[in-house]
Amino acid sequence: MRDGLGLGIAVGLSGTAFGAAAVTAGLSVPQACVLSLLAFTGASQFALVGVIAGGGGLAAGAAGALLLGSRNTLYGLRMADLLPWRGPRRLLAAHGIIDETAAGALAQPSAAWARTSFVTVFATLYLTWNLTTLVGALATERIGDTDAFGLDAMGAAVFLALIAPRLRDNPRERLVAALAAAIALAALPFAPPGVPVLLAAAAALAVPGGGPDGASGNGGDAGAAGGEVRT
Amino acid sequence: MTLWLVIIGTCAGCYLLKLAGLSAPRRLLDHPLVRRFATTVPVALLAALIAVQTAGGGQEPVFDPARAGGVAAAAVALLLRAPFLVVLIAAAATAAGLRLLGL
Repeated sequence: MRDGLGLGIAVGLSGTAFGAAAVTAGLSVPQACVLSLLAFTGASQFALVGVIAGGGGLAAGAAGALLLGSRNTLYGLRMADLLPWRGPRRLLAAHGIIDETAAGALAQPSAAWARTSFVTVFATLYLTWNLTTLVGALATERIGDTDAFGLDAMGAAVFLALIAPRLRDNPRERLVAALAAAIALAALPFAPPGVPVLLAAAAALAVPGGGPDGASGNGGDAGAAGGEVRT
Repeated sequence: MTLWLVIIGTCAGCYLLKLAGLSAPRRLLDHPLVRRFATTVPVALLAALIAVQTAGGGQEPVFDPARAGGVAAAAVALLLRAPFLVVLIAAAATAAGLRLLGL
């Protein structure tokens, strides 16, 4: 559970950053807290307030948050066998399906261990994430300018940390990430706030999978991508 | 008021997406296109968010040396395989430090 403690501290810190980002974007303290209590999926929450901070585009912000939230659907599909609960317990368990609980549960050697891990991580993170959101939001309301503390760089840092392991291991996903960033920046001056990020989702489909002809036409990346086994 | 509606809608949507995975037939996962899109979309969206947020988030891309420096520090920390916590602190401390220096 030493890993659990480290995870708790890290999530607590990003919870504080979320609370700060939300209030900086113009949300009230209760609005920030409701998002952490009821949405409870960090990247989506950051995406929503990021778009709002960028100047409106509420619908685009919500769409970006939901697109990011759709990866929890995938985790749910993969964890359905490990969490065989029905009725109210399933409804409660569903709320806990996020990056960290999925990573924890899917790494366990047996279904019983997976359930224990899921319940422990869910309970710990739910408490930490919500408490620190409140702290971050309240503190920001008092302090005002959080840029002086470098909190504005923290949102991007959280995202970078989330995708770093995948960029490290997977040349195709490096290409997807580079293309997505380029699309978003190119669209920034023309599209309404929030929309550039949505357009960038197309990069996920534009870069072909790791098939035999998959890497053709991608220049310098072709050699690296050829050695990839996953589909 | 509109903001509250968007927040509640986002919360409901995020919850339903989680519940859908737990309740849906597992066959869905066998569909290669579903699988590919679902596994790769987060990388695309998060990369786009990193780019947009580093550029200021507004419609005019702004180069803020302190913020860019913070994100670059996070990237270096990640390359050195630093823990999540250290990455976040490196980003915030670098941005704050550069601002203190007047950048």
